[in-house]
Amino acid sequence: MALPVYADPLERIWYYTYHAICVAIFLFLIAPILIVIPLSFNAEPYFTFTQKMLTLDPEGYSLRWYDLLLTFGMAAPDVPRDSSWWADAWANAHWVKAAKNSVVIGFWSTIVATVLGTLAALGLARNEMPYRRVIMAVLISPMIVPIIIIATGLFFFYSNPCSVIGMECGRLTSTYTGVVLAHATLGIPFVIITVTATLIGFDQSLSRAAASLGASPQRTFFKIMLPLILPGVVSGALFAFVTSFDEVVAVLFIAGPEQQTIPRQMWNGIRESISPAILSVATILVIISILLLATVELLRRRSERIRGVTPQ
Amino acid sequence: MTDISSSLTTADGRPLKAALAAAQARARRKAFLLVAPLLLFVVVTFILPIGQMLQRSVYHDGFSKAAPNLSQWFSANPEGTVPDEAAYAALVADLVQMKKDKTVGEAGTRINYTLPGTRSLFTSAARKSESLQPPYKEAMIALDAEWGKAELWGAMRSSASPWTSDFYLIATDRKRDSDGSVVMVPENQRIYIWLFAKTFILSGVITFVCLLLAFPIAHLLATLPMSKSNLLMILVLLPFWTSLLVRTTSWIVLLQGQGVVNNVLVSLGLIGDDGRIAMIYNQTGTIIVMTHILLPFMVLPLYSVMRTIKPSYARAARSLGATSWTTFRRIYLPQTLPGMGAGALLVFILAVGYYITPALVGGADGQLISNLIQFHMSKSNWSLAAALSGMLLVGVLLLYWLYDRLVGIDKLKLG
Amino acid sequence: MKKILALTTAMTVVAFAASAETTLTVMSWGGAYGEAQTEGHVKPFIAKTGINTVMTDADNPAPVIKSQVEAGNVTIDVASVEYADAIRLCDEGLLEPIDAAALPAGADGTPAADDFLPGAVTECGVSTDVWANVFAYDSSKFPEGPTTAADFFDLEKFPGKRGLRKGAKAVLELALMGDGVPAAEVYDLLSTPEGLDRAFAKLDTIKKDVIWWEAGAQAPQLLADGEVAMTTAYNGRIFAAAINEGKPFQIVWDGQIYENEMYVVPKGAPNKDTAMQFIQFATSTEGLRGQAQHISYGPSRKSAMKEELIFKDGKTVMAPHLPTSPDNMKNALLTSADFWVDHDAELNERFNAWLAAN
Repeated sequence: MALPVYADPLERIWYYTYHAICVAIFLFLIAPILIVIPLSFNAEPYFTFTQKMLTLDPEGYSLRWYDLLLTFGMAAPDVPRDSSWWADAWANAHWVKAAKNSVVIGFWSTIVATVLGTLAALGLARNEMPYRRVIMAVLISPMIVPIIIIATGLFFFYSNPCSVIGMECGRLTSTYTGVVLAHATLGIPFVIITVTATLIGFDQSLSRAAASLGASPQRTFFKIMLPLILPGVVSGALFAFVTSFDEVVAVLFIAGPEQQTIPRQMWNGIRESISPAILSVATILVIISILLLATVELLRRRSERIRGVTPQ
Repeated sequence: MTDISSSLTTADGRPLKAALAAAQARARRKAFLLVAPLLLFVVVTFILPIGQMLQRSVYHDGFSKAAPNLSQWFSANPEGTVPDEAAYAALVADLVQMKKDKTVGEAGTRINYTLPGTRSLFTSAARKSESLQPPYKEAMIALDAEWGKAELWGAMRSSASPWTSDFYLIATDRKRDSDGSVVMVPENQRIYIWLFAKTFILSGVITFVCLLLAFPIAHLLATLPMSKSNLLMILVLLPFWTSLLVRTTSWIVLLQGQGVVNNVLVSLGLIGDDGRIAMIYNQTGTIIVMTHILLPFMVLPLYSVMRTIKPSYARAARSLGATSWTTFRRIYLPQTLPGMGAGALLVFILAVGYYITPALVGGADGQLISNLIQFHMSKSNWSLAAALSGMLLVGVLLLYWLYDRLVGIDKLKLG
Repeated sequence: MKKILALTTAMTVVAFAASAETTLTVMSWGGAYGEAQTEGHVKPFIAKTGINTVMTDADNPAPVIKSQVEAGNVTIDVASVEYADAIRLCDEGLLEPIDAAALPAGADGTPAADDFLPGAVTECGVSTDVWANVFAYDSSKFPEGPTTAADFFDLEKFPGKRGLRKGAKAVLELALMGDGVPAAEVYDLLSTPEGLDRAFAKLDTIKKDVIWWEAGAQAPQLLADGEVAMTTAYNGRIFAAAINEGKPFQIVWDGQIYENEMYVVPKGAPNKDTAMQFIQFATSTEGLRGQAQHISYGPSRKSAMKEELIFKDGKTVMAPHLPTSPDNMKNALLTSADFWVDHDAELNERFNAWLAAN
């Protein structure tokens, strides 16, 4: 937005003020996320920049908090770092365990949410879909309903899932299955939204062309439709994964100690004592989110390109 | 017309109209079958659990189950009956049984909800119940004069049935007085209505601040050339993709007493070392951090609306002699209204139900209704937690309905 | 497709490899205390029996037990709770009874019944230690530190924010003692409406300067961050911060409120027998000494105190840091279990209304 030539002095002043305001707001958005990165290399257990850090003295920086992520919870952290040390870290370190849990739970809930969500989005995109608006509203609602209400409901329901049909059949609390199902539910709205958005630009005549050339519906789907909507499906899946990867309230209510995830572990750390170890986890998570964001942006552009939609 | 259409047939001789209807029904069925698995999934893992939980807001059998004799007496005698010896005998029989079954705590807790300060009456009476001798009325009142009070008997009567509206009364700061009419509780005991109001007010403030901050940058993004705005957009989307807990941690690091912001202010000499500003663990903290977290939800819809506004209108207004302020106010602003509405509603809906951020940075006065629901959950005060959830849910669903009417949920965009 | 299949199989293996065997779950209070129990009880128990045991945290395990048992959703096997809670939960039928006869004799051969301090073994719980609610300050800020409970409420002499545990228990007692009530009269007074009003009135005088904490580890953190000038805390947490991390924290023992901490087994615990085995191990002489070497809480068996207790750093003598040390007991209050068993729910309710009122 260049300054028009006919601008008067007042408008000039406003033009520069306006840009200064925008810079400040962007700073507000991004600075808090970036500030943790240098602080996570602090050699001291403080959350501010020490004199040494400010003068860029190498002694002011260290990797000790990253090291702590590995050693915290290990059976024998102080022995020489050979293969058995690494095996110990892989098996016992709290943060490593939490990371494994987060990945496993995130993976499975993403699979469930993406498969069911994509199927449903395909149905919802059809003009013949009955009660489209209501069903759509219901399927998006896990994103809208306060998480505390969902978690509370799941806490009771998972205690005895069969109570609704008047039976006993074990429980889903403190199980991986329970957490996966809960996270899948929370991820579904994101899959629906992204896949539906891709389908709006999908040219139905392509499917009809394939069908008229004798392709079976399955073949049409896998050969024609899926490749075209795949970018949407993948970004939906990434959203679902991030939702699970970042979720803490449902985990607090329904998971047991065996299902500790990274956010759950962070929650403890933030509430009790924020050691800079939390900042090193935060840094790693920020890097992961940058990678994910880059992937989604690439997918979006690819999707726009192959569908021939020009960026608006 | 009808004649012609009914006389048309398909190749195999069926009437065209019927064939079309059948084909359409098939298509509808097919579409529905695609959605069905997910719908079933969501009903089972989402709607059913919430419904089941909400049932607890009107159902509590803690007292009715433990006091069968008394329940019987209540159903045999209409409301307003002065409790006679038989009633007291039933009470004592129930207390003896409660002691044996270890249910007195739960039963007393149930009465305590309706009439605060009475739980210990039950636990201490149950402890002595076996040594009580008839006449029970005198014996009970000798234990504690409270046992003769109509208010207590009113509370027992309303708890003797498992179905109750008591928890919604409590959740709206009301109670039944001794003659059964609903009144507000004394001013210094009112918690919930105020907290609901506070939640809505704070959400409103957060929404407003989000709007103030989102408007300039959305406008900038919308007017810059695509290549530049795509780059800047990353600054909006990165927070959106970053873990909530990471963002909350960062803000704690920035804002706490010994945090980066205070340290900078102290070293610049703007504040003294003992005058560090309390920006976190209070309402201010909740507002700052939630604004940061919800800001992208405001920028994105505003941006997509602003992109579609043609600059030619503004140019036309200017060429007709409008000042830049008038052009903005009369031409540009009205066109952004749909975006502002969509963003504001979404941010407001999400803010009203927020839990994590207030819990971590809200301190004592920055807590929202969700935090109180969690508090009652943790105290096993489930029926009250459910009643509060029910009220919050109704509020959120109303807003959601409004959003669907005004914006349409299919317009929801994520970057 | 093959890759995905391989990946999913790998994921499943990672996910379920750990959950195959039985796992004993112990719930405690986190922070320095949870660590002491991990070092003193959990790790030696694993080493001795080979039973996989995990430690998990709560701000206070008692309400967790209540909600788990009442929801029919018990996942913890052993929990560490306050004395009054151990009795209250037992009264309400939420705990498994303990077989006192199965508790091992002391290391010196004294039968368990004589070895435990009076009241340390109840129907549903066995004491692990005696701990105290105290208040502490940063001695670099107040060189002439506060010395009495009254000083905690003196904002003029000792300006600055105060940290207090969010809840009625131990806060109301401190308020009365801070108002000059001798320890011996606190509970008599609290049982009267006037006494309660007096306690809340005392709290009113500092209400706007209070930062409320919930998890035990938050208290030393608030002090370390300079968010408060003084704070109530579990004495062991302050000890850990002072000795382990070299923080200049001082405990004021005047007006300390001490009690037993109990191991209990929730009703319907998934591994009840193993849980009992764990408690027998943890409350043996060695178990109690093991924990007491990591945190300054007094062990509840006489035999565990025969030899001098030394902190894990190998030099700090524990005795003067324990709540039961004679020097620390000059104006001390034993928490009344009877009082809190009956009044916990009501007083917390009033406390929350008071907190929410502006």
